[in-house]
Amino acid sequence: MTQSKPNAVEMKDMVIRFPGVLANDQVNFTLQQGEIHALLGENGAGKSTLMSALAGLYKPAAGTIKVMGEAVSFNSPKDAIAKGIGMVHQHFMLVPTQTVTENILLGLAEPKFFMNLRAYDQKVLALQEQFGLRVSPTAKIWQLSVGEQQRVEILKLLYRGANILIMDEPTAVLAPQEIEELMQTMRAMTQQGKSIAFISHKLHEVEMVADRITVLRKGKVTAEGYSMKGVTKAELARLMVGRDVVFTVKKKPRQAGKVVLEMYHVQAENDKGVPALRGVSLEIHSGEILGVAGVAGNGQSELAEIITGLRKCKGSIKINGQEVSNQPPIMAIKRGVAHIPEDRGKVGSAPNLSITDNSIMKNYRQAPIGDGWTINFLSAHTHATELKAKYDILAANVNMPARKLSGGNLQKVILAREISTMPSLMVAMQPTRGLDVGAIEAIQHLLLAQREAGAAILLISEELEELLALSDRLAVIFDGRIMGILPNDDQISINQIGLMMTGSKE
Amino acid sequence: MLTFEKRVDDIPRWLPVATSIGSVVIAFILSGIILKLIGGEPLVVGQFFFEATFGSWPVFSDTLVKATPLIMVGLGCAVAFKMKLWNIGAEGQFYAGAFGASLVVLVLLPMFPTMPKVLVISLMIIMGMVGGALWAFVPAYLKAQFNINEIITTLMLNYVAVLWNNFWIFDRWSDAGFQMTPVFPKSAWLPRLADYASDYRAFSGITLHLGVIFALVASFIVWWILERSSWGYEIKLIGDNPQAARYAGINISCNIILALMVSGALAGLAGMSEVSGVVHRLQERISPGYGFSGIIIAWLAKLNPFAVIPVSILFGALILAGREIQPSGLPMMLQGFIMFMVISSDLLLRYRIKWTTTNK
Repeated sequence: MTQSKPNAVEMKDMVIRFPGVLANDQVNFTLQQGEIHALLGENGAGKSTLMSALAGLYKPAAGTIKVMGEAVSFNSPKDAIAKGIGMVHQHFMLVPTQTVTENILLGLAEPKFFMNLRAYDQKVLALQEQFGLRVSPTAKIWQLSVGEQQRVEILKLLYRGANILIMDEPTAVLAPQEIEELMQTMRAMTQQGKSIAFISHKLHEVEMVADRITVLRKGKVTAEGYSMKGVTKAELARLMVGRDVVFTVKKKPRQAGKVVLEMYHVQAENDKGVPALRGVSLEIHSGEILGVAGVAGNGQSELAEIITGLRKCKGSIKINGQEVSNQPPIMAIKRGVAHIPEDRGKVGSAPNLSITDNSIMKNYRQAPIGDGWTINFLSAHTHATELKAKYDILAANVNMPARKLSGGNLQKVILAREISTMPSLMVAMQPTRGLDVGAIEAIQHLLLAQREAGAAILLISEELEELLALSDRLAVIFDGRIMGILPNDDQISINQIGLMMTGSKE
Repeated sequence: MLTFEKRVDDIPRWLPVATSIGSVVIAFILSGIILKLIGGEPLVVGQFFFEATFGSWPVFSDTLVKATPLIMVGLGCAVAFKMKLWNIGAEGQFYAGAFGASLVVLVLLPMFPTMPKVLVISLMIIMGMVGGALWAFVPAYLKAQFNINEIITTLMLNYVAVLWNNFWIFDRWSDAGFQMTPVFPKSAWLPRLADYASDYRAFSGITLHLGVIFALVASFIVWWILERSSWGYEIKLIGDNPQAARYAGINISCNIILALMVSGALAGLAGMSEVSGVVHRLQERISPGYGFSGIIIAWLAKLNPFAVIPVSILFGALILAGREIQPSGLPMMLQGFIMFMVISSDLLLRYRIKWTTTNK
């Protein structure tokens, strides 16, 4: 190291455990004074966990943290802020009905009971000038855009004298021009001696703003403190995604039939009203798995939701030749669209209802379960028991509430339910996320069996290995656009996919 | 040291029943203690309470008469609560139902005075339920369309309903300046057991009316809807996880409106049964707070339509005893205690209480 700048933060051999999960395994991380250090990695790689430990939210099981050369041990975020460390979380912690200044002062010893808010407005303004964080001090939080609210969060930390800022995926909620402004602010802050740890999984942003980079994968460091100058994007993509694990799934040759799903120039917004899909066109044939690769938050959730009728969109979606866009979810179900949702607990199942009740969610309207008016609970029970046996669902009985199932078994219930409707199109979103190896294999085999049975399958996943193992063709999505669709054969290049995932064209 | 431990495993089936019964017992004991403290004789009062409500066939019949509207209102609340819709407006829907039923008697019947009793009563039932359902439609629509909190709107509409009725009984339908309508003609009265006293002497003075049968039938129908019908399944699904319900192709807005209207219709039926079976006219204060008791009843019955029946009988007894016991605040206190106990007993369903010894 030629530079003589002291390290603002030194984390060494950090080990952080959650019940059943090793979130950080012997992780080293150093943050130099006045630098922007990016932490790159996939979801669940352990980036946020490591930084939360630095912000005093978690206690590490092992490892040492030094701040400005001094060994520290934090019991709460309060201890961390006392050492000048503050974290901007993904979810803001602001009081919507109060003003910017009031939010900044919240919880501080000064001012006391009588507040001279106007004087503090001036202080906040001065701080804004210094770092280029424009937001009216007297505006109420609910009146602000998400980007402005984020500035308030940053101001809160600066006001408390933070010199080391941790930003947890700060760009995830921002519009492009807001991202640009944020990056300017970040540079202004480092020029004035602040140090920033920047958590992200978007390569191009990291490339734009970071001085150095540390890459985490599955709780371990794969690249420690690389200078951004010496690293290529493709190399980073490989470090981030990894490719040492190769699944061995036996797959029969593709027997694609007629077109089942046709999308033409489909556009949709996310929950915040920001465009999430910017003209997606693709088609899937029966007996084919189309994999969708991409970094989370590039429009995958919205893609699944517009096909299943859960989200409004513009453009044309045809299933078996019939236009289906903007029809209610029931129509998609009637047309034979099965959906394995991203969030199996919040969307895919009713946690307090029995396995039986959960297993009939899609077919309670049809014989033999129901006739539209009544439900034959005897057939429902038989149906659930059959699914339990056929799909090897581990549960004491089918009257058990769904919340008591393990993740893998709950996913099997959902998959069993969806498959039992004999779908012509299956939309599977992250079907194996968070499952153990055995369950992953079982789920993957079920998907392949569906493919052989002639269903068209849209498989959206962040696991590149899984996509390579299962897909017939692979579409790469970035920023709401399909960057290209590649046939999944021996010619396919991971480097190329990695580049497409970060915004390069085919 | 006393510690609370979150329950991870299943709640045993008997526990909700035990906590409900336990709540009532503890409420009685606490009331007794307070009575003793202020110099009363809890046991004497208790005995009197029992005799005045369950002691003989005529008083038990009076208890059942009070329980009748409570069952209907309690069922109404149970339907809405099952979907996690907090209908606090059963009182208003009760008044709207009473108004709807009165409309048949005071507007339609004078036009067709020879209408047979069966038709009059049937029309009153329909209009009573329609009245309650329409009263519930307003908050239901606001909730479904604009996500306006139904607790506030249903509660507010209670006061509107009472005032709406007042307008008609003070002004339009006033009987010789009194704040009540004229007595309904006999063809608008629900048959009572006492009506058959000439044939069966034992029925003399027994006020029990046909409404109680309506209530029992309603219990069965509501049970069937909740436990056997597709709609009941949809209600359960929406109540447990609206997002999953939407994913399963269920139209949530439609179901919010439907469930609240059914809830209101049941409260409206209670209003009809009360004016047609007990009061025989529309007047002020036809309800001593049945609509609000319905909330506690549904909760104490754990939203089980059959459990609503015994719970309503208990609350009917409390209302009746309020008239007999001096000071009459005692049953009110009991009701308050019961509600308090029921709400706090939920803690036992969610947590396990453990004694732990701390070693120093």
